[in-house]
Amino acid sequence: MKPREISVTVNAKRYRSEVPPRLTLVDYLREVLGLIGTHTGCEHGVCGACSVIFDGQPIRSCLMFAIQADGHEVETVEGLAEADGGLSPLQDAFWETHALQCGYCTPGMLMATHALLRSNPDPTVDEIKEAIGGNLCRCTGYQQIVEAVRLAAKRMRGAHPEAGKDTIDE
Amino acid sequence: MKAAAFDYIRASDIAEVCQALNDGGPDCKIIAGGQTLVPMMAMRLARPSIIIDINAVEELQGIGGDESSLVIKACTRQAAAERSPEVRAKAPLLAKALRFVGHPQTRNRGTVGGSIANADPVAEIPLVALTLDAGLVAESAGGAKNIDISGFFHGLMETSLAPDECLTEVHLPVWNGGGIIGTGFQEVSIRAGDFAIVAAAVQLVVDESGVCRRAAVALGGVAPTPLRIEATAEALLSSDLDAETVGEAARLAANEIDPGGDVHASAEYRRRCARVMVERAIIEARDEALRRAANP
Repeated sequence: MKPREISVTVNAKRYRSEVPPRLTLVDYLREVLGLIGTHTGCEHGVCGACSVIFDGQPIRSCLMFAIQADGHEVETVEGLAEADGGLSPLQDAFWETHALQCGYCTPGMLMATHALLRSNPDPTVDEIKEAIGGNLCRCTGYQQIVEAVRLAAKRMRGAHPEAGKDTIDE
Repeated sequence: MKAAAFDYIRASDIAEVCQALNDGGPDCKIIAGGQTLVPMMAMRLARPSIIIDINAVEELQGIGGDESSLVIKACTRQAAAERSPEVRAKAPLLAKALRFVGHPQTRNRGTVGGSIANADPVAEIPLVALTLDAGLVAESAGGAKNIDISGFFHGLMETSLAPDECLTEVHLPVWNGGGIIGTGFQEVSIRAGDFAIVAAAVQLVVDESGVCRRAAVALGGVAPTPLRIEATAEALLSSDLDAETVGEAARLAANEIDPGGDVHASAEYRRRCARVMVERAIIEARDEALRRAANP
């Protein structure tokens, strides 16, 4: 089918592109825009690796066609870093608690938990598990991911950047 | 794992949806949340030639109604229903069940009406709609019509919707009077958020002396469609929901069904799960009603 013009805002930047209707949002981000931080996993809505934030809410970008994002806003892992290029508090906590090994699931985990912390700055362990329930990790084992989110939440709530560095309260 | 090529129509109102369905013939398909349709297209189990996108149709979104019925427009996101105080107040069983539906990422796209029209035999929303005896509204180029949910589910992912009809509204009756409402929703799944193996939904009304005055019980995962279990509901009526009555009512449910077996669970395991889930859901509903009666 012939390509159609769309206009999508990704990480606060507006893009105009021509896409065939069958192009998924994840393939659009990676192949058309070159934003390869978002990973393609199962391509049928099981693994969560392709999670992005769409109009403020986490979604699976393999379960949407790019043409459906016309006029909408998308946030990807590329948009998480600080203005100076440094890691965001959440990314930094992932690094510190060793919340990744191969890194394949990491962009999806980051976007799912970034969305969680935006709506819930003080999530319980159960709420964190619920937020990443749709994201598969095959190597780290989730424990450090939960720990990273708790650490980031604590630091983002506290004024001092060292808050929560040594201990994480139950 | 890429969908076959299709043509795309973004509809802006219901009339446009109906027109597109009418013009497009049986090979066109509505996309709402797309959480089942897109995977099916990726796996080439579905190859619609035209996709009609209803996500921009404002008149298909929103939650309203009156004292006797909660009206959820078909394309309302599951996440929006989950967060809605109106849903919690008027259809607490749905609010409870929504927490079992997929994951945050899928509930942010998936819709209430889409799940009902999709008619997956283990999906939670169709099960609740059947338990509460929902009324459905569908529209086509020929006009709107009301559909009674008792005749809606025809088989595995098959409904009475004609190819040119679009589900537009879900009406959930609000149970008023006669006592205090209690709800129970229980399911077995391999992991949280996965499809259920068996799910049970129960809604009860318990009067001031603790006697059950109204009951609705339904099961998912035990047949190609969700099933109402009238024998169990009848066994609960006029009882004080003591352990023996509840246990017997749950055994009746297991006897009423004829589940199939598959790679996830044998028929016998499903039957056992059905009994246990019904029993737990009745107890959950009873205890909730009694708690609310004690702390009005």
